[in-house]
Amino acid sequence: MAEESVTIRKLREQFADRVQVLPTPADGMDTVKVKREDILDVCMFLRTDGDLDYDLMRDLTCVDYIHEKPRFEVVYHLYSIYYSHAVRLKVRLEERDPAIDTVTGVWVGANWYEREAYDLYGIKFNNHPDLRRILLYPEFVGHPLRKDYPIDKEQPLFEEREETKGVR
Amino acid sequence: MGIETAFGEGIITTRLDKIVNWGRKWSFFCYPFVTACCGMEYMSTAASHYDIARFGAEFPRFSPRQADLMLVVGTICHKVAPVLKLVYEQMCEPKWVIAVGACACSGGFYRNYSVVQGVDRIIPVDVYVTGCPPRPEAILDGIMKMQAKVDTESVLLRRN
Repeated sequence: MAEESVTIRKLREQFADRVQVLPTPADGMDTVKVKREDILDVCMFLRTDGDLDYDLMRDLTCVDYIHEKPRFEVVYHLYSIYYSHAVRLKVRLEERDPAIDTVTGVWVGANWYEREAYDLYGIKFNNHPDLRRILLYPEFVGHPLRKDYPIDKEQPLFEEREETKGVR
Repeated sequence: MGIETAFGEGIITTRLDKIVNWGRKWSFFCYPFVTACCGMEYMSTAASHYDIARFGAEFPRFSPRQADLMLVVGTICHKVAPVLKLVYEQMCEPKWVIAVGACACSGGFYRNYSVVQGVDRIIPVDVYVTGCPPRPEAILDGIMKMQAKVDTESVLLRRN
């Protein structure tokens, strides 16, 4: 068995059983499952601890496991420029209340990632400074990357010409 | 024979439509509305190797007010569709539209929430050029088809 990384060791020391270490996937990146209410504490710890120093938020995205419960999974990819180590955090969210605390207070760069996840998956980020759609237009209804969004549904912004209305 | 005998050599008679259409079809001022990869093919068409100047359309005007032929080159999503319509409406009559490439013709392989399924759903299109992306020859063929269509029009009738 491979030696435990400093990230995993520190997280275990700090949070004990509040974090669950998942088996390392093929890419070799440490992967940790975090409870929804702990995300801000975990992120702040990863950012501020001197041996971890996760100063770069590389990615934040969401996965829709439509046939599972809880349905949504928010994924954070963090990186430390000084130590050049990386960690992946996963948080599962229920379908009826897909809300999680924002981490814009920890990494400013999380702002647009969270807006994207809100736009396309409908994840609400509590206390986000500017939670608006980022890619789609404000008139759009629904969240198109959810697996139950109809594949050929369109929401035109403009007046269609009479003679081609409804024609595909 | 006819009125030309009275004028003597050096003068011929013709129809007004014919001379106006001749002028129009050999002096297209293109407005390329380029949004995607088909634009590379248009640039190649416009450059010296394929030489769109042979058809009198070599000078792209990047103001719709100075253009009479709009080339919709690339994918049009719902977010940019109102812009396309506005630009089209800013062009002066007479004006024509060529949809270049699969996306502009029909949405192409983007059958999803974000892409307009063919620009003919918002603006009238005269010529469709197929291909993903179309070869420069295909774009030139579209321009020649456009010339043939312009030739059949009348200056007395409004197009739209």
